[in-house]
Amino acid sequence: MRTQQYREIVEQLPYKSSFLFVDNISLLNEDQVVGDYTLRKDAFFYEDHFAGNPITPGGIMTEIMVQIGLVVLGIHLITCESGQMNVTREGKLFPLLTSTNVSFRKMVLPGEKVTVISRKQYFRFGKLKCYVEMHNSDKEVIAKGMFSGLIKQFRHNREMSQMEKA
Amino acid sequence: MDRQEIIDELKKVLTPYMEDKELLGGINEQTDLIKDLKINSANLVDIIIDAESKYNIEIDMDSAEKMTTVGSCIDIITEKMNSKT
Repeated sequence: MRTQQYREIVEQLPYKSSFLFVDNISLLNEDQVVGDYTLRKDAFFYEDHFAGNPITPGGIMTEIMVQIGLVVLGIHLITCESGQMNVTREGKLFPLLTSTNVSFRKMVLPGEKVTVISRKQYFRFGKLKCYVEMHNSDKEVIAKGMFSGLIKQFRHNREMSQMEKA
Repeated sequence: MDRQEIIDELKKVLTPYMEDKELLGGINEQTDLIKDLKINSANLVDIIIDAESKYNIEIDMDSAEKMTTVGSCIDIITEKMNSKT
């Protein structure tokens, strides 16, 4: 039941294929989310970062923390608030990262599984702020920081048509 | 608390979210938070939350949307402080 609900949220994420960085959600409520992702050995960024010495870019680690820690929780909160499923359908919703002060402690190598733990600081006026940690399989902290983002919802027709004009 | 006192307090709330602190010198009721003080619009939520704890008030969505200038911030803060007592 719960697993099904988590899977539906992952399916709602607006990211696809090479830029989807969420495998599983193991805990999700109005205050926190825990999820994991295993770095694919054939991911597009390893060939060039670095040549002959593949290491996960900090930007990708940040993205993993954003997708699990902010976007999954944000979609869950909006779904709870609005009472409707599939809030992201037809591009009605898109997430924007507005700030982070993430710091990195350890490297992540191809094939490693990382777990992201995020605790909500607040969700108000469409802005979600969370304290997010990334752990490795030995439960050591790999990265941590405060993350904020906006979950933008198109107020249907009006904003849509403004976008089209622009 | 009169309006000038609120402006002085409000400056302290705004300062952490401003890159150019000198812009606070020319502040008046018409000053626009985003256009004049160059505050990142995403930080308006943080400013509202800080103002809530500073003045011990609660600001709802409709009021928050009006808080775009220093003057309108003072209007809302005054209104909320008065309705509390």
